[in-house]
Amino acid sequence: MRLTTLALILIVMALAAFFLGRRRAIAIGGPPGAARKLHSLPKYHGYYASLWCVLPGLVVLLAWAALSDTLITSRVIDSLPEALRNQPEAQLSLTLNDIRNLAAGQMVDESRRAEFEVAAGLYTELRAASRRILSGLIIAVSFLGFAVAWGRLKPQFRARNHVELAIKVALIAASMVAILTTLGILLSVTFEAIRFFRQVPFADFLFGLNWSPQTAIRADQVGSSGAFGAVPLFAGTLLISGIALFVAVPIGLMIAIYLSEYAKPAVRRVVKPILEVLAGIPTVVYGYFAALTVAPVIRQVGASLGLDVASESALGAGLVMGVMIIPFVSSLSDDVINAVPRAMREGSYGLGATKSETIKRVILPAALPGIVGGVLLAASRAIGETMIVVMAAGLSANLTANPLESVTTVTVQIVTLLVGDQEFDSPKTLAAFALGLVLFVVTLILNIIALQVVRRYREQYD
Amino acid sequence: MLLMDREKGFAAMREPADGREPVAATPVSPMVIADAAETDRIAADTVGDVTAKDAVICVRGGNVHYGETHALRDINLDVGRNEVIALIGPSGCGKSTFIRCLNRMNDTIESAKVTGDFRLDGQDIYARDTDVVMLRARVGMVFQKPNPFPKSIYENVAYGPRIHGLASNRAELDDIVYGSLERAGLVDEVKDRLDEPGTGLSGGQQQRLCIARTIAVNPEVILMDEPCSALDPIATARIEDLIDELSQKYAIAIVTHSMQQAARVSNRTAYFHLGRLVEVGPTDKIFTNPSHKLTEDYVTGRFG
Repeated sequence: MRLTTLALILIVMALAAFFLGRRRAIAIGGPPGAARKLHSLPKYHGYYASLWCVLPGLVVLLAWAALSDTLITSRVIDSLPEALRNQPEAQLSLTLNDIRNLAAGQMVDESRRAEFEVAAGLYTELRAASRRILSGLIIAVSFLGFAVAWGRLKPQFRARNHVELAIKVALIAASMVAILTTLGILLSVTFEAIRFFRQVPFADFLFGLNWSPQTAIRADQVGSSGAFGAVPLFAGTLLISGIALFVAVPIGLMIAIYLSEYAKPAVRRVVKPILEVLAGIPTVVYGYFAALTVAPVIRQVGASLGLDVASESALGAGLVMGVMIIPFVSSLSDDVINAVPRAMREGSYGLGATKSETIKRVILPAALPGIVGGVLLAASRAIGETMIVVMAAGLSANLTANPLESVTTVTVQIVTLLVGDQEFDSPKTLAAFALGLVLFVVTLILNIIALQVVRRYREQYD
Repeated sequence: MLLMDREKGFAAMREPADGREPVAATPVSPMVIADAAETDRIAADTVGDVTAKDAVICVRGGNVHYGETHALRDINLDVGRNEVIALIGPSGCGKSTFIRCLNRMNDTIESAKVTGDFRLDGQDIYARDTDVVMLRARVGMVFQKPNPFPKSIYENVAYGPRIHGLASNRAELDDIVYGSLERAGLVDEVKDRLDEPGTGLSGGQQQRLCIARTIAVNPEVILMDEPCSALDPIATARIEDLIDELSQKYAIAIVTHSMQQAARVSNRTAYFHLGRLVEVGPTDKIFTNPSHKLTEDYVTGRFG
């Protein structure tokens, strides 16, 4: 039975369980509106029956999905001839891949087809059997679950409390998804990074001033020093993000203040969505805008001032990135400024404060946490931004504080390290994970600092 | 259709009335007088003396529109120096709107349109060259819900003096803050924790902090918009005592829904009804011997 069919059957059973449960509740409790013999409304009895019908089946499905492949694989390995079975681990996994491909009807090495055919047949057969058993098992378990629930439906049964508990558990599970995913990403990056640090010393990576990740494949190659000093990359990231925030924070904040305090509602209704469109423009478009429009202008202005500007400059990328992240600052700040109660404003106006005094002394301090949140979001966008930098700031890892020179950033280097054919155990590739890990830690520290700032300077209004 | 029926209904009720006087004589049900046109008819002119000796605020022909709604209709009323005037009346009758006109707080409401002659010490409040900042320093306001700023107690009181530049150094500012807290009867409770947030005080203390904040800029008039409606009886009693003391120095206009409070704190009382000022007079007269039927119905608790 296909999985979709199984899902459909389960849905139908759940619906049926709901209606049956509700009907039974009405039958044992009397019609709605009659003297309340039921503890919970009939629909809660329905939900309860429905949950008991679906949840055990889902548990079985998950358990089966986790276990069945291991079981099938071990059976297939056992069936293999001695010679194949005793291969080294890596070889064995390649063989298994071939068997799976053959079973799925894909191309395999023709010379070895005969060798795998039996195993592939067994694999297909076992999988089909597994499906059949699973389908039967799930339907049986669902019926069983429904029967258990059915037995419990009595007038004084507290179905509502059980359903509420199920909802709470579901919500907790949803929030766990986000946390576990973050944890998983962190762990996978950490393990790869540890492999990198076995080959390149930690201190060399963190404090090295030279970035040149091309490792020599042959001993006589030139220009492939294989230096993994990450400082120029972080300096470049800091420089470009700094320029971007320098543009976005003041402008974004002023836009937010204008929109929430000065603009007429009609203006606000038009301007705010237009601003938010800025955030929706693909970064590639920003990238060529920076490279083809802004960079030449900067170059010309620089030349007329007698400055030497690289055609790919940190300034160009930073300015355009700044424009891109304006909506993050303005939109979020606007929302929190609007959330400051009207009573705060009236209190200040009533004492004879002007609009700007009220904003500076009352509204901004009260809205600070939200504003810092917006700035942080903008900062993490700036730090993570890749495309604009690739197109407008270049790939050369210069250690410089001069915004008119070409720099590169951490994320850009991660992309260039991982693009194309790569060995996954060379330091060049693994360096990407180390960079990712350090970037993760840096943004985490930034977040913690910002939280402390908020806690220190916040003026809590309720 | 519905409207026509209502018109007919009103007409039927009006029928026995002959002109204006009999309305006061016939029992008027609340449903009938809840109609604006009806109020116009029976309360077009204010009963009682609207003038005050040594008036600090003088309003003639005051009208306020909120968009289509005519919220205040032809109000004439004075507020005298060192006088406490209570503004009473059912919800939506325009009493809050009236006091918000006196320091132009209605400016912050987009749809509000104020017409008529509002004067503070003879100066036109709504004149083109009136500085709203100076006006609000002279006419302070205490709001219904205590709204201390989320700053320290000290900073709350120092806020006004700072923005108006009333103190040239820290010592002077300290004096103003302590003096204001003292006059607001709060200094003993908070003198050891001036750097704690004002929002951490109890509701009654917060409201007294707001009063201290208002008197710190040394106003001539203090407007209070139901200052005790969010407070318990003990905190209310303290605020009422405070109003009594403050009336030595300031003119106070207080909006209240509590008739007992109006009777306790005010010298004069003005009764508003659906945008009209129905009756104004000495407080004891309004509560013991009102001239207008609407006032009598309200103060005796027949409706409202």
